[in-house]
Amino acid sequence: MSLMEKHAIFEKNSIVLLVGILLMVAIGGLVEIVPLFYLKSTIEKVEGMRPYTPLELAGRNIYIREGCYNCHSQMIRPMRDEIERYGHFSLAAESMYDHPFQWSSKRTGPDLARVGNKYSDKWQVEHLANPRSVVPDSIMPGYAFLAKNELDTRHLKAMVETHALVGVPYTADQIANVAADVAAQANPDDKNVDAMLKRYPKSVARDFDGNAAKVTEMDAMVAYLQMLGTLVDFKLYDDKANLR
Amino acid sequence: MARPVETKAFTLEEMGYTLFLALLAVVCVIIAGKAWEPQMAIHAAVGAVFAAIGIFLIIKGYNDRSGQPAQTVDGKPNYNLGPVKFASVASMFWGVAGFLVGVIAASQLAFPFLNFDLQWIQFGRLRPLHTSAVIFAFGGNVLLATSIYVVQRTTQARMPGIVTPWFIVLGYNAFIVIAGTGYLLGVTQAQEYAEPEWYADLWLTVVWVVYLLAYLGTLWKRKEAHIYVANWFYLSFIVTVAMLHLGNNVRVPVSVFSYQSVQVFSGVQNAMVQWWYGHNAVGFFLTAAFLGIMYYFVPKRAERPVYSYRLSIIHFWALIFLYIWAGPHHLHYTALPEWASTLGMTFSIMLWMPSWGGMINGLMTLSGAWDKLRTDPVLRMLVVSVAFYGMSTFEGPLMSIKAVNGLSHYTDWTVGHVHSGALGWVGFVSFGALYCLFPWLWNKKEMWSLKLVSWHFWTATIGIVFYICAMWVSGIMQGLMWRAYDKLGFLEYSFIETVAAMHPYYVIRATGGLLFLVGALIMVYNLYMTVVHGEDAESATAGSPALAPAE
Repeated sequence: MSLMEKHAIFEKNSIVLLVGILLMVAIGGLVEIVPLFYLKSTIEKVEGMRPYTPLELAGRNIYIREGCYNCHSQMIRPMRDEIERYGHFSLAAESMYDHPFQWSSKRTGPDLARVGNKYSDKWQVEHLANPRSVVPDSIMPGYAFLAKNELDTRHLKAMVETHALVGVPYTADQIANVAADVAAQANPDDKNVDAMLKRYPKSVARDFDGNAAKVTEMDAMVAYLQMLGTLVDFKLYDDKANLR
Repeated sequence: MARPVETKAFTLEEMGYTLFLALLAVVCVIIAGKAWEPQMAIHAAVGAVFAAIGIFLIIKGYNDRSGQPAQTVDGKPNYNLGPVKFASVASMFWGVAGFLVGVIAASQLAFPFLNFDLQWIQFGRLRPLHTSAVIFAFGGNVLLATSIYVVQRTTQARMPGIVTPWFIVLGYNAFIVIAGTGYLLGVTQAQEYAEPEWYADLWLTVVWVVYLLAYLGTLWKRKEAHIYVANWFYLSFIVTVAMLHLGNNVRVPVSVFSYQSVQVFSGVQNAMVQWWYGHNAVGFFLTAAFLGIMYYFVPKRAERPVYSYRLSIIHFWALIFLYIWAGPHHLHYTALPEWASTLGMTFSIMLWMPSWGGMINGLMTLSGAWDKLRTDPVLRMLVVSVAFYGMSTFEGPLMSIKAVNGLSHYTDWTVGHVHSGALGWVGFVSFGALYCLFPWLWNKKEMWSLKLVSWHFWTATIGIVFYICAMWVSGIMQGLMWRAYDKLGFLEYSFIETVAAMHPYYVIRATGGLLFLVGALIMVYNLYMTVVHGEDAESATAGSPALAPAE
C-alpha cells in the first residue's frame, strides 16, 4: 500500500480529517507564541515605564476610536534613517502596558512612538483641528470635533480597573483617584496636581487644549501624544545590557 | 384509501433556536436600557430587533412548511439552496458596498477634503469598514454560499436542519451589520482585521460553531465514501478561523453595558498573537477557503478533472502547516525577538512551494481545455484569478525576506501586494464562482450575457493593473525616499515631502479602484438580468450538448 493510499483514512473519516487539520495548524502558533510569555529576554529591563495616567489612557482610547493606527506606526525600527528621523529604536518594554499594542503596519503619516514633546500643545491642537493649517501638504483628516466634545470620564475608573485586571500595575491609590487625577492633569492650578504628579512620575499637568472651561477630548488626545516615548531616558539606557 | 396524514411538529431544533433568540432579545433589551454609551444602546437595540426578526422567521417558516423537508426529490438529493441564494445575493451587495467604500477611502488619501472633518466618515473609521466589508462581508458571504453549495453537491446530501443553514447565513450577516455600523460609530478594538468589539466576537463565535457542526453534519450524511478535496480546504478554513478568532480576541469587557473591552495581551505578545491571527486570516479565510472554490468551480467549468490528486494532498497539508508560522514577517525589525522574526521569514519562503502547488493544480486542470479561454469569459476569469494567486504568493515570500521587508514595510507596497491578492485572486475567483452559481441556483442555462462578463473581466483587470502598478511605484519610492541621504550625510527628504510625492499615485490608485467597482456593477446588472430574464435550463436541448465549432 503506497503512502498516497494511506491518505484515504483522512478522506473517509471527517473526524480524523478534522483532528489532523487541528494538529497541523496548532504547531506553528504554539512554537512562536508561547515562548514569548516565559523567555525573560523578550521584554528588556528598563527604568521609567509606568502605567498611563487616566487622562492619557482616555486619550489613547480616542486614538483607538478614531483609528489613528491605520496611518501611524508606533514602532521605530533600528535603521540609521529611522533613528535619525524619529529617535532611539522602540523597545518591547515601551509597549508592555499597551492593551492593545498600537505598533501599526502603515506609515501614511509619520511614526508617533516618540512624538511626545516634539511639538507644542498649541501646534498639536491646531494640527489636529486643521492639519493643513500647519502642514500644507498633509493628507490627514481634521479632528476639530475633539476640541468641542467634553471628555466622558464617567466610566474611566472601570476602564482603569479593567487594565489593572489584565496586569497593568495600577496601585490602589491610583485607582481610587481616577477622577481627581483627570481634573488635575488638565488644569495646572488644580489643588491635586502635586499628588497626581507623585502618583505618575514624569507626567505633566497642563491645560493641553488651551480651553480652561472644560476638559475636552482634545485635552486627553494631546496629553497622550505629548507623553509618547518620553518615559524611558535613553541617556541612561544601556543598549548592550539588553542584547537579545 | 386515506393517505396517512403527515404530522407536522415544531421540532426540537426550531424550539431551541426560538428560545435562544428570545433569551438574547431579553438580554439585549436590558443592555440597551442600561447601556453606558449610545453606541452600546444602538447595538443592543439592533440585536434585539434581529433576534425578534429571527423568531418571526422561524414561526413563519413553521407555518409555511408542510412537513419535514424531503431528503430526496425524484430520486435526486433535495439540496437546501435558499441560504445559498441569500448568501450569493448578499455577497454582491456587500461587495459593491465594500468596493465603493474602498474608492472613497482611496480618494480621501488623494484629496483629503473628502474627509469633510466628520468623525463618522474620516479615513481612520472608513478604512476598517472597507477591509471588513470586502474580506468578511463580500468574501465571507461568497464562502458561505459556495461552501454550503459545494458540501451538499459533493456529498449528495442535504445540509441537516431546518433553521440551522438559515441561522448560519443570517446570523453571519447580522454580525456584519453590527461590525460595520460599529466602525462608523467608533466601536473598534484597533487590531487590524479584528476590529469588531467583544459582543460581536461572541456572536460570531456562536454562528461559527453552528457552521462547523452543520458542515460536519453534511459530511456525515454523505453518499460518497471519500470526502472531496474542496471540502478539506473549506473544513481547514472553518476550524482554523475558529482557533484564530478565539486566540486573538481574548478580551475583558469593561462592563456588559459598555462596548469597550481591554485586550488581555499587551505589547510584544499582543503583536505576535495579532499577526498570527492577521496573516492566517489571509491564509485560511482568503486562501485555503478560496482554494476550496477553485477545486470545485474550475474543474466544473472546464469540464476536466483536477490535474493531480497527489499534488492536492501534498500541497493541502503543506499549505496549512506552513501558513501558521508566517505571521511574524509582519513584525520584522520591530521589538519582536529576532528568533521569532527569522522563523516567520523562513516559513514564509517555504510557503511559496505549496502555494504554487495549488496554482499548478488549478491551471493544469485546463489541460486539453485551454481553447475554452477564448470562448468562455467565466473560465477566463477563474484562470486569471489563479494566475494572480501565483503572482501574489511569489511576491509575498519575497516581501517576507528581511532585507526586502526593511524597504517595503510601512509603505504602499504592502497595500499593493494585498490588493493583487484580494482583487486579482479573491475577487476574480469569487466572480467566476458566482457567474457559475447564479445560473445553477436559479435554474438558468447560462448567464444572461457572456459579453458583459467579458466587459467585466477587462474593466476589472485594467483596474487591478492601475492599482497595483501605482502602489508598487509609490511604495518603493516612499521607502527609498525615507532612507535617502544627501551628500553631506543628512536625511534628504522630510516626511511630508514623501507624502506629497505620493499624490499622483493615489489618484491613479483611486481610478483603478473605480474601474474595479464599475466592473462589479456590470456584474450586478448581468446577474439580475440572468435571474429575471435568463433562459431556463429546461428549455435547453436535453441529452448530449451540441458540439460548437471553435470561433
